[in-house]
Amino acid sequence: MTSPRHRRAGMVRSHTATEGNGTLALGRLDDAALLIADPHRPRTGLTAHAQRVMDLCQPGVLSVSEVAYHLQLPGAVVKVIVSRLINSGHLTARAPFVPAGHYSEDVLLEVLRALQKL
Amino acid sequence: MHSKSFDHYVPVTAQPIKIVVLGPFAVGKTTFVSTVSEIQPMHTEERMTHAGQLIDNLDDLRGKTTTTVAMDFGRLTLSQNIVLYLFGAPGQPRFRSMVRSLMEGALGGLVLLDTRRIAESFDAIDQLEDAALPYTVAVNTFDSAPCYREEDLRDSLDIPAHRPLVTLDARHLSSAKQGLISLVNHILDRSRMEHAR
Repeated sequence: MTSPRHRRAGMVRSHTATEGNGTLALGRLDDAALLIADPHRPRTGLTAHAQRVMDLCQPGVLSVSEVAYHLQLPGAVVKVIVSRLINSGHLTARAPFVPAGHYSEDVLLEVLRALQKL
Repeated sequence: MHSKSFDHYVPVTAQPIKIVVLGPFAVGKTTFVSTVSEIQPMHTEERMTHAGQLIDNLDDLRGKTTTTVAMDFGRLTLSQNIVLYLFGAPGQPRFRSMVRSLMEGALGGLVLLDTRRIAESFDAIDQLEDAALPYTVAVNTFDSAPCYREEDLRDSLDIPAHRPLVTLDARHLSSAKQGLISLVNHILDRSRMEHAR
């Protein structure tokens, strides 16, 4: 396992963080997708970076971009790690809302009201 | 800016929505995102590598193989159900691929405009048009910038009457939020029109 000092110094190359696999396991993971951790999923066997993602996501919900920022990793690298954690059931992702159908009007009105109240 | 600590999480029930803020260098994207964001705005620098250059030109490795792209990122929890993510990105053509990927899944876009450099916002408008994403054009007022009548601005930008054009001051929340309100109103109108059809 890499020492935290090396990680901070940026000595872990991107292909190491992603275990040499740059292919996204999922079709597309949005920068604004919210990540929800499953606290019951055993974390044995996860890589150091995957453990750090889980540490960050366990206490609450954050977006992919926030995870990348807090872990100081490039967005593309975080997406690979997160995609793998989604496939293994450790995380679920909630994609951003885009208007479709009647339901969207309620959401848009709620957004509007909240903005007006600011 | 309101409460500023990153370490609070968003509500478990929240649905994210994403709005992109586009415009040329120094038009006020960072200011806009900072004003609206509830968290310390995050300024990320994504390195875009040009793999070809590594192979083609090994003599010139010093800092030339990567281009740094600055992106601003902020968050605003609107309710227990909705959290808004704002992504500020440069509108220049060379950042197109990054902007394109940001626009996917976005609710809409806000194009910031400086009346001293109107033409520099054209690229951002083109990109939103190409992506068929709803957007609002917002003139960010600068003290030294000339004021034009709305119809003149519409003329020079070729913005049709149904497309919202607002004037705001990115430094103040009460003003900055008008850009977002205008955009959401526009999306609402569009969605109602589609249903009426």
